[in-house]
Amino acid sequence: MDALPPRAAVGARVSGRRLIRKVRNGLFLALSVVATGVGLLCLAAILWTLLSRGIAGLNVAVFTQTTPPPGSQGGLLNAIYGSAVMTALGILMGSPIGMLAGTYLAEYGRSSRLSVVIRFINDILLSAPSIIVGLFIYEVVVVRMHHFSAIAGAVALAVIAIPVSLRTTEDMLNLVPGGMKDASAALGAYPWRTVLSVVYPAARSGIVTGLLLAIARVSGETAPLLFTALNNQFWSTDLNAPMANLPVVIFQFALSPYKEWQDLAWAGALLITVTILVLSISARVILALMQSNQAAKR
Amino acid sequence: MAIIDPRHAAKQLIYEKVFRSATLAAAILVLVILGGVALSLILGAWPALRHFGFAFVTRSVWNPVTEHFGALAPIYGTVVTSVIAMALAVPTAFGIALFLTELCPPMLKRPIGVAVELLAAVPSIIFGIWGLFVLAPVLQRHVQPWMIATLGELPWVGGLFQGPPYGIGIFTAGLVLAIMVLPFIAATMRDVFETVPPMLKESGYGLGATTWEVIWNVVVPHSRVGMVGGIMLGLGRALGETMAVTFVIGNAHRISSSLLAPGTTISSAIANEFTEAVGDLYTSSLIALGLLLFIITFIVIALAQWMLSRLERRSVRA
Repeated sequence: MDALPPRAAVGARVSGRRLIRKVRNGLFLALSVVATGVGLLCLAAILWTLLSRGIAGLNVAVFTQTTPPPGSQGGLLNAIYGSAVMTALGILMGSPIGMLAGTYLAEYGRSSRLSVVIRFINDILLSAPSIIVGLFIYEVVVVRMHHFSAIAGAVALAVIAIPVSLRTTEDMLNLVPGGMKDASAALGAYPWRTVLSVVYPAARSGIVTGLLLAIARVSGETAPLLFTALNNQFWSTDLNAPMANLPVVIFQFALSPYKEWQDLAWAGALLITVTILVLSISARVILALMQSNQAAKR
Repeated sequence: MAIIDPRHAAKQLIYEKVFRSATLAAAILVLVILGGVALSLILGAWPALRHFGFAFVTRSVWNPVTEHFGALAPIYGTVVTSVIAMALAVPTAFGIALFLTELCPPMLKRPIGVAVELLAAVPSIIFGIWGLFVLAPVLQRHVQPWMIATLGELPWVGGLFQGPPYGIGIFTAGLVLAIMVLPFIAATMRDVFETVPPMLKESGYGLGATTWEVIWNVVVPHSRVGMVGGIMLGLGRALGETMAVTFVIGNAHRISSSLLAPGTTISSAIANEFTEAVGDLYTSSLIALGLLLFIITFIVIALAQWMLSRLERRSVRA
């Protein structure tokens, strides 16, 4: 900071400088208000478009009929089903692995060299482009099986879910007071017993939060499904065949010239966004409740 | 004192070993996944890299018919859209973080903070469809004609803003990316600004500094670490973002002098062409693009984390 000269020695020059400082202060603070306004405006604009165009496209048929051929009416039933199935399978495969790995980092590895490396690599996977995961699963699963399949899509989503669950699990287990683990160890319990009977129950709401966040993250992913699950215009429950899913249907329908398809794309976009926002808000509420509980106990 | 059954104890020890091994195996799987990603991309890209050699990254030709592929146009598009995104998003995110920590009435602090974080949870395909149907027409009708008329006439930089207003293109993709990474950077910056000890800020105010002077001379130097980390993570996201860009970039494999012209990025080229690619060389070239993207984002994200950990250590020592 500029050294401020003593007031008596300066006189007129100071009031000039003070004016400049005041103007500069006002200018930058005003700019920051404008920046916040712009950010909120973007959110409002996106939500408004989603709501107005999504609700216009929403009707009973969306939930009862399958995706139509170009130029005719239909719904998104097969895509909703496919998204639900692949998200569920992806989470069932990915989250336990992420949770176990997070348990290792929080309870066994802590500050070992291996844990430092794993944390570092996990943070890279967490922000790595999801299309890369799609290419990886294409090479590893699709090429081996010689065809696109729902299983490949679910595996791709699992790979996305692992780093999310690992991170949240480790953070949540670290919140469990060390005294509880010590008490369990003093009773003669092995670490596995302590983790299963003391640490996991104590971190229960945190683990649920992590699960919700992982589902929210996975259910909007499009890029990893493009060349793993592909898409399927028809009703299919075969995990070994390509399966429709909301994100890829939105992608395909939105870029099409047909009005019916574009309307369905907006309806699907609204469904996905509402699902994800509900999941993220519930995760937030659970965390807030947990924190107020802990504060009350102290 | 309880009598310990030796058989019970032995069983416990076995459970312990099994559980510990299971957690260790899961942790190591994380390393295996990253190694598997790298290896599968290298193997998949090998035919293209062997066929084209180093010229793959220096040529801008992309012709599926004659099977000539060069990655320069997608690399250019990826870098330029990310630069535009960061140039727009970083100052805005800084303003939002500043507003939330220093100016915001306490009553609004939480709702606005949550709103910014919810913007971060919106999936990228939503930004893409919004960019295509809402933002691009507005840009084409109102903003880009103005840019061409004013900025396009400027010396030196004028060439960047010339040509017809397509609506979609490199600039629009950069703008959508900026909106996408904005909440990430803003949330990180707000979090680091809040770690500045109030005592430091109060000392600044006590010396007669204005709010802006306290922010620029006290808060920013103190949180440089986290700011850089947040910006780099935002950059990593912008470089690899696929769906939002694919909708609005225009998918043209060429390098135009104008930012308003359609272009392509690494991720949008893969997303658009991969399932339709015919022939091993075409597929392999697209995987080679993926390998390039993997290397670029790996370096950016790793650098961000390395800087963060190094600076954290320094601040602990000081």
